[in-house]
Amino acid sequence: MLWACILLPQLALDGVLRRRPDAGPLVLVAGTGHARSIVAANAAARDAGLRVGQRLSAAQALLAQFEALPYQPERVDHWHRFLAAVAYRYSAEVSLLPHAIVLEVSRSLNLFGSWPRLESLLRADLDALGFRHRISAAPTPHAAHVLTGVADGQVVLTDEQLRHALQRIPLSQSRLPAAAADALPGMGIRTLGQLLALPRDGLRRRFGAELLLALDRLTGAAPAGLEAYRPPDRFDLRIELTHEVEAIGALVFPLRRMTADLSAYLAGRDGGVQRFTLQLEHREGHTEVKVGLLAPEREAGMLFELARGRLEQVQLPQPVLAMRLIARDLPAFVPAGRDLFDERPANALPIEQLRERLRARLGDRAVHRLGSTTDPRPELAQKVTAHDAGWQEPSPRPTWLFERPIPLRGPAPQILAGPERLETGWWDGGEVCRDYYVVETAQGQRGWAFCTPGERDGWMLHGWFA
Amino acid sequence: MAAVVPLSNLLDARRVWRGRAEPPPAGEQPTGWAALDAVLPSGGWPAAALSEILLPLDGVGELQLVLPTLARLSQGARPVVLVAPPYLPCVAGWRQHGVDMRRVEIVNATEADVLWATEQCLRSGSCAAVLAWPRQADDRALRRLQVAADGGRALAFAFRDRRHLSNASPAALRLELEARPQARVWVRKCRGGAVPAQPLPLPTAALH
Repeated sequence: MLWACILLPQLALDGVLRRRPDAGPLVLVAGTGHARSIVAANAAARDAGLRVGQRLSAAQALLAQFEALPYQPERVDHWHRFLAAVAYRYSAEVSLLPHAIVLEVSRSLNLFGSWPRLESLLRADLDALGFRHRISAAPTPHAAHVLTGVADGQVVLTDEQLRHALQRIPLSQSRLPAAAADALPGMGIRTLGQLLALPRDGLRRRFGAELLLALDRLTGAAPAGLEAYRPPDRFDLRIELTHEVEAIGALVFPLRRMTADLSAYLAGRDGGVQRFTLQLEHREGHTEVKVGLLAPEREAGMLFELARGRLEQVQLPQPVLAMRLIARDLPAFVPAGRDLFDERPANALPIEQLRERLRARLGDRAVHRLGSTTDPRPELAQKVTAHDAGWQEPSPRPTWLFERPIPLRGPAPQILAGPERLETGWWDGGEVCRDYYVVETAQGQRGWAFCTPGERDGWMLHGWFA
Repeated sequence: MAAVVPLSNLLDARRVWRGRAEPPPAGEQPTGWAALDAVLPSGGWPAAALSEILLPLDGVGELQLVLPTLARLSQGARPVVLVAPPYLPCVAGWRQHGVDMRRVEIVNATEADVLWATEQCLRSGSCAAVLAWPRQADDRALRRLQVAADGGRALAFAFRDRRHLSNASPAALRLELEARPQARVWVRKCRGGAVPAQPLPLPTAALH
């Protein structure tokens, strides 16, 4: 067993910062009234002397201009779970620990290669999403958690090495139950190595079974007792904008973030998305922008481009305060195959993506194919479909067909071929009785025209032999 | 340093004219009409380039010119795209000319979006041929299509009214159709060769 631990030291702050391109001094505050104090501060704020734990009033005395946002535990929880969904891509066993995610990777190494390679993949994903992190690996999840807290990038592969690595860890960083961790240094026990060397009976008498269980979990003598994380079946992401937005252009940056998050989430559960909804929240009510695709997709750039195409057509009735992306329908994703002997240019855009791009701007029904039906009436002989009956018509048919016949004006046309009688449709009320001719007009156009059987006037034109 | 281009490439691409005419190499994109292939310098449609077809009216045989090519291309790997056709393509009629309609994508676009959609299709590189019916296309718009066709290695056809003939065009080939007194095709411009002095009789398919 090899467990990787991703520690997220700045989760609350990163969740806020990642959607702000320009960051001045910014702090997160918790508490009420005069007791409000800083729980997180970004680099610019720390440079100005602001510290975690400081009262907000003290901070305001130090620095005149900075942003103070409320610390929202539920947002932190949201990002925690979101990153677990991203990590789910690399392992089926993912669990949440305080400020950290652990995942079992020994079997994943078969797929992704050695640990350094998997580690760099994880780091690249987290960097792209904008979350600061520390990563370590150890044979047990709790040990990985402890090691990550001490230093970044530690790797312990065997139980032997683990015992050695735990020797020097101070108890203050051992994440053991607080009562024991506070009391033991007073007894001269300062490192995990010293603690592990003590007789177990004595420890149990003094500190209870809780401490022993924690130690056993750390060394792997007892099961880790973690609840496995399961990614949710729907994606729901809400971003509050920093100010009221009246122009669609200002929504593009947050939209890019949201679609990238959706893509990362989909990659985690190896799924795709076929339709999703963007909700633009106003002071009163909201505007919905629906994005539908022909086939499940998950590529970030494509999702972004399609969503932007739909968004740009929207007229905003009121300023936008927040944006929300909801995807309920998450079918399995089947990557498109490509022939080895493909005659397309190397940088060709796949036809599916081209179709989506056209649909995003021109409308859902803009791109289609026509196929023939078995109905002989020209108006009903073809329809928008992906399938084709493949019926070969023996009589001449034009190449252009009018949606409905129009009267043929001007002098009587010259008849080139015909007649072909169509008398059908009595069963559904759309009965037709027509004699079709191939005609040539005075201007030299070849048309497909019909008149009532037995007559040679009142020509109705139905198509061109173009 | 600029890349060295062999002289034979320039000659084969018909970018350099020679005083003494050589028999044209077999075209990459034959039109399917022997008489037309014989007069076109590339032995067929200019590959990866824009061809402009100018008509006096709809329904004078403009599709007859391209249907053999479309029939051939619809058997290939890349589909054919029609952008904003003026009427519905009649499935039975196209099939009689051998076109596999399952490989023909029809794009409905408004006046303002025709050129955009055409350029996207051409540029994508995943279409064998793109047929467009732009109403308002100036010199610059057509040049964009020409560049996109070159980039996407696709055949581009623009069907326009004959009154645009007097305006200069960046298209590699310009054909003008005439319905009266006879159905004829004039080659008005062809890149890489002299323009034939005589019109060709317009090929008319037999009425099945």
